[in-house]
Amino acid sequence: MTTTPSFLEVKDVRKAYGAIKAVDGVSFSVGPGEIVGVIGPNGSGKTTLFNSILGQIKPTSGGVEFCGEDITGMSPLELARRGVGRTFQTLQVFTHLSVRDNLIAAAQEFKSTMPARLFAAPDAGLGHHADEMIEMFRLKHVAHLKAGTLSYGQQKLIDIAMAFMPAPRLVLLDEPCAGVNPSLVDQLRELLCELNRTQGGSFVVIEHNMDFIMKLCPHVICMVEGKVLAEGPPAEVQANRHVLEAYLGN
Amino acid sequence: MNAKTGKLALVVGIAAFAILPLFLKGYGVYLCALFCVYLMATLGLNLTVGYAGQMSLGQAAFFGIGAYHAAILLKLGWPFFLVLPIAAVACFLVGLLLGFPALRVQHHYLAFATLGFNILVFLIMRNEATITGGPLGISGIPRPSLFGISLDADLRYFWFTLFFTVVLAAILWWLLRSPWGRAFAALRDNPIRAESLGINITAYTLFAFAIGAACAGVAGVFYASLLQFIEPSSFQFSYSLMMLLAVIVGGSGRFFGPVLGTVIIVLLPEWLRFMQNWYLAVFGFAIVALMIFLPGGLLSLPERLGWKGASK
Repeated sequence: MTTTPSFLEVKDVRKAYGAIKAVDGVSFSVGPGEIVGVIGPNGSGKTTLFNSILGQIKPTSGGVEFCGEDITGMSPLELARRGVGRTFQTLQVFTHLSVRDNLIAAAQEFKSTMPARLFAAPDAGLGHHADEMIEMFRLKHVAHLKAGTLSYGQQKLIDIAMAFMPAPRLVLLDEPCAGVNPSLVDQLRELLCELNRTQGGSFVVIEHNMDFIMKLCPHVICMVEGKVLAEGPPAEVQANRHVLEAYLGN
Repeated sequence: MNAKTGKLALVVGIAAFAILPLFLKGYGVYLCALFCVYLMATLGLNLTVGYAGQMSLGQAAFFGIGAYHAAILLKLGWPFFLVLPIAAVACFLVGLLLGFPALRVQHHYLAFATLGFNILVFLIMRNEATITGGPLGISGIPRPSLFGISLDADLRYFWFTLFFTVVLAAILWWLLRSPWGRAFAALRDNPIRAESLGINITAYTLFAFAIGAACAGVAGVFYASLLQFIEPSSFQFSYSLMMLLAVIVGGSGRFFGPVLGTVIIVLLPEWLRFMQNWYLAVFGFAIVALMIFLPGGLLSLPERLGWKGASK
């Protein structure tokens, strides 16, 4: 359990679909700047938990606090305004916009008011920052191409870069390594470490790639059948007998 | 084509179109002005449908609201340059009012909601005879004067309409290049992701819908003055369909798509008239063939052929 003051507090969250308990009384907390990994077999309720935290679905019971404020059931728009960002399990980029425009679109709403944006510069004053992120994510050679024309791996990088573009205080990443080749996985981990260092935000990461999660997250939660089976430092969770039986195998 | 060449081509194209009616007879001049009028409405519809991704089958209703505003107020002696913003604002507000309930649904459900609105407006125009003149419509709508110069002559009125079409297009171009344009495209491409990035999809969708409606209102004002007579059948649902066709045939979500599309819907039926009874069948067949082979519209042809620097 984290010893730093609580930043995100998930309290006994439950989500049921009829008799099926997708999330069954999950509680955990995340401190400022902390990176927490969430692992577990398919169907263990990880994404449902994310969606419950992020307002995509309303939890059946329980609550979520962010910086001391109850954010349970808040819309994704309200959460975004509070500095909570996310990525999705599947690719979610703006396919008809260029890579650069994708990044600017990801942050422009946090610059000034809606009427003021009408009269703002076309890049909303974010061109330089977008170029920095493009450089950081090694997307310079495709910066002016439409996102939908790029490879899966490149779109994945755009997807993640977009989440970090507004420098959120908390980011929830849903399987950032899914469908990504091994060399890109290492690059992704380095990028997330650098963003954690430079932006100082907290991350919660769902991932099946154990090597990635073990190297990135100082604190790991393992979910099985909607419940927290084990949590603690990665080596401890990896060695847990119940985790081995239910998820990792021998 | 680089940006400089593109701008030059645009200026040359507009200049050529401006002098074209000098070589045409009365009906040709009328068709050129009618093209400008419909272009204003389809440019607005392209914003709603092509850029913001909201299906609308009610553009002719806003076109009609603008036209009836103009007909009634101009006949009361109100100045054209006061009537124009009144009609635009009225359509903008009606667009917002319609948008609040209608935009809760998407795609074909939204299409049906806007279709219903168009039918409702048509019925009001036809049945509220004390205000709208009913099926007989309103005649004797005056044309404006500019700095004391009467625009009664068709050629002058065409230039007047062309000027405002270019102004409206420039405003829309500026809007689409602003951060608002990017937000419209974002909510069209992926509304769930857009909302998670703080984009207020309800507000942007409403504004895209209302701005598109305002453009149709402006077009309606010019239409009323062009024909000097309006009646409800000019604002039926079939005209909404025709405007949507212009946007899709030209290239939905491409700025110059409606220009080509409006040429097709306004001028192609005229060019095909020599076929007499067959012209509508040939027109319909041409549209079907176009949609099969170029679903992205005429402006997608360079991309389809793999040309570099394909037009946007």
